Amino acid sequence: MDITNETHSQHISRQFNQELEQLKTQLMAMGGLVEKQVQDAVEALLEGDSRTAERVRDSDTTVNDMQIQIDEECTRVLARRQPAASDLRLVLAVIRATSDLERVGDEANKIARNALTLIESDRHARGMVEIRHLSEHVRKMLRDALTSFARFDTRLALEVLHEDESVDNEYTTATRSLVTFMMEDPRAITTILSVMTILRALERVGDHADNLAEHVIYLVKGLDVRHTDPGDLDESLGE
Amino acid sequence: MSAASFSAAGTQRVSAAVVDFPSTSSCFDIEALSLAYEGTPALCDLTLRVPRHCVTAFIGPSGCGKSTLLRSLNRLHDLNDQVTRKGCIRLEGQDVHARDVDVAELRRRVGMVFQTPNPFPMSIYENVAYGVRLQGVKRKRELDDIVEWALQSAALWEEVKADLHASAWTLSGGQQQRLVIARTLAVRPDVLLLDEPASALDPISTLKIEELIRGLKSQLTLILVTHNMQQAARVSDYTAFLHAGELVEYAPTDTLFTNPRLRRTEDYITGRVG
Repeated sequence: MDITNETHSQHISRQFNQELEQLKTQLMAMGGLVEKQVQDAVEALLEGDSRTAERVRDSDTTVNDMQIQIDEECTRVLARRQPAASDLRLVLAVIRATSDLERVGDEANKIARNALTLIESDRHARGMVEIRHLSEHVRKMLRDALTSFARFDTRLALEVLHEDESVDNEYTTATRSLVTFMMEDPRAITTILSVMTILRALERVGDHADNLAEHVIYLVKGLDVRHTDPGDLDESLGE
Repeated sequence: MSAASFSAAGTQRVSAAVVDFPSTSSCFDIEALSLAYEGTPALCDLTLRVPRHCVTAFIGPSGCGKSTLLRSLNRLHDLNDQVTRKGCIRLEGQDVHARDVDVAELRRRVGMVFQTPNPFPMSIYENVAYGVRLQGVKRKRELDDIVEWALQSAALWEEVKADLHASAWTLSGGQQQRLVIARTLAVRPDVLLLDEPASALDPISTLKIEELIRGLKSQLTLILVTHNMQQAARVSDYTAFLHAGELVEYAPTDTLFTNPRLRRTEDYITGRVG
């Protein structure tokens, strides 16, 4: 039995409705913030903008605070309401999702830190095209995952799950070509290692978007698909 | 439930076979049971199996038929000649309405505890010994042993052993309810039916009764009617959701309270309908 956004907010207790809506709203706000952090960190690198990179690093504490605040609110809902069925799954999905979003914030922080290193080295670094392309790819996954959460949309969540393999392939291709550059020019090793760290961080953002999509499926369908191949899911989900 | 085993949501009417346990482990088999009070339907074509040595909860809104169903199991409706019944109830494979059934013996095997504690106007000891004496046990030593065993089984012995001859009415509500359970246990039933046993009790007494219910399932089959869904979730192994005399959904409690199959069940247990 699938839940929908419309039926989910029809509790007899309006206050309970509001509490659950508040959890979703806070989660979306956190998602928007970390998505912007990833975007800003990459643009800081591509534009050579150290101020923006510093700002991304400074805002990491805001993300951490949001995670704590949302987790505390989830704990209160569990204690007060003893939610069942889809309400319970929503609270559990939010708890899991905040953990993934906090990690995305950490990855954005890592990208900004390495961007500063590259900007300060004042050396033209290879891999910028790959970074731009991979960042657009994973940012779309993250946006779609958050949208699927907001809309209880398992079809969109499934699309995100199917994208993960493509991201992994893109990351592997990019790092292989960078390894070749390092072999050709050992003087570039330090900067290329920073680029590879950034690419790795972006690949991890894709993994967390993947996790968010799995949480959506759990929330809507009651299925735990965290260790299920996306190819096996299509028929089971009826998508 | 894995993704591979998931199946699409079924129809609104669900058969008893939703619950996955072998028929050899069932205590009660209820088949196509319908019941009416003076022509007004109270139960409609219910079919379910109640497993042995488990706690099964019946939940649902007021008037859904859960107490009516419970009272059918030891033929309490025989006392009301306005009740008409169709269908079959089997206890351990035997039809409880068969001609040769001794109803008194049925009610010994299938004991009942009601919402309001109803100790007899006797001492604690005599409350427990009463039914045992009726069974023909007369030797004091034997009665003493049975009374102690029953009070221990009901988690009341330590609180009352100092004065077993005090009136049952000197006990608190929670203690009286445990005394009633001890009285029922003394005659060695196979099944204990509990009709909202804790709804008149304070929270601490409620928790003690719930702990007792969980502890008794190694000896008995227990069937609990409750309007408190959290209690059903805490205490029971299987839960049947009834609505308007129909069995809507019946599943392992963990499943029903985390991922029910049907919208009606979801709406009831999450408080979207009362």
